[in-house]
Amino acid sequence: MCVVCGCADSGDKGATMEGGHAHPHHHHGHAYMPANRRVSRRAQAGPDADAPAPAKVDALSGDLHFGAGAARVSVPGMSQSRAIRLEADILGENGRIAARNRARFAAHGVTALNFVSSPGSGKTTLLCATIEALRARAPQWPVAVIEGDQQTTFDADRIRATGAPALQVNTGKGCHLDAPMVAEAFDRLHDGKMGARSLLFIENVGNLVCPAMWDLGEAAKVAILSVTEGEDKPLKYPDMFAAASVMLLNKIDLLPHLRFDVQRCIDFARRVNPRIEVLQLSAVTGEGMDAWLDWLARTAAPASIAGLEAALEDIVRSTAT
Amino acid sequence: MHEASLAGGILQLIEQTARREHFARVTHLRLEAGQLAGVESRALRFALDALAPGTLLDGAVIDIDEPPGEAWCMDCSHTVTIAQRGDACECCGGYRLQPTGGTELKVIDMQVEDL
Repeated sequence: MCVVCGCADSGDKGATMEGGHAHPHHHHGHAYMPANRRVSRRAQAGPDADAPAPAKVDALSGDLHFGAGAARVSVPGMSQSRAIRLEADILGENGRIAARNRARFAAHGVTALNFVSSPGSGKTTLLCATIEALRARAPQWPVAVIEGDQQTTFDADRIRATGAPALQVNTGKGCHLDAPMVAEAFDRLHDGKMGARSLLFIENVGNLVCPAMWDLGEAAKVAILSVTEGEDKPLKYPDMFAAASVMLLNKIDLLPHLRFDVQRCIDFARRVNPRIEVLQLSAVTGEGMDAWLDWLARTAAPASIAGLEAALEDIVRSTAT
Repeated sequence: MHEASLAGGILQLIEQTARREHFARVTHLRLEAGQLAGVESRALRFALDALAPGTLLDGAVIDIDEPPGEAWCMDCSHTVTIAQRGDACECCGGYRLQPTGGTELKVIDMQVEDL
């Protein structure tokens, strides 16, 4: 009798099925794996894959221990294989380190932004222009930059030329930055003298696909799309625009020379992310930069409040002990 | 090719579990990569196959479940199935959809053996 459903298993499967047994599960064995998988596993591991685990032999006395396996019991015809249910997020380890980064940023009053785009959208030019503009508008607001590329220090050199501290992270063959890379870069970059409120710009590897999945601990992802790239990119690379809080349409000074439908591009971005904010600017002419700096000021404010709260908690904790 | 990094993350999870549960090899691994998770399951399988030799995953049968994308429509308040981000709501044709399912990337379970 089948112990799963209680039906009489005649051992002749063809006869059972033709005899009207309606249960669709009938491929007797009721093991963890479906029958077809068992076959493929046997083929790989040889005919003894399902044999019982051999007894453990005591080296001195020659005694046999059959219950030494994980199941603690030997059952004829059963191997001591077992199922482990994990339900674990594959990006969980990155997520834990990102959460730690986020807490550290908040404790230091740092607002971190993760800049993502395809190569050539003007990320580094925009960052340089933003650093210059901030220096004029909010000189008390320090900026540091982590530059991610596969190789060269060209981008970090360009940032350092503006006077802002920058650290290059070369990923080698890697196509994105991850949270541990940012944690280590922040250790080296942040000297504790940046003041109670500062900005950390993280320029990710130029790639509109992979960086979407890795949380670095940032306050927001900023997607940059230049108008020379094509208005359909938000639909072609939806994951990135879905993950971003704001889309910066860069190089708008070139619009008169291009066939780029700005409204269509914005509509496409809102299709994959109904909440995405959109700003239009040109890092070269400075058009639209004020609205961008306003956005930065708005985004940075909650982080500094969170930083103050974390500092307050520290004070409360130290006075309590 | 971020699937190579993800395959590394999967192996890391398995090695952590092996230290805790003391097993010698994985015979069957079941993953979930939702259709909106941003993962190409063929590339993930390729990366796992490339990584497996000499590890706990050597010879393991790998299944990847791909649950469909689900989204809540802000316009008509229905939960609908979508194949990809940017699809229209099948009820009202609107595009203001908030994904609610098919975004997860997980190791579900595995069958392991002690040597």
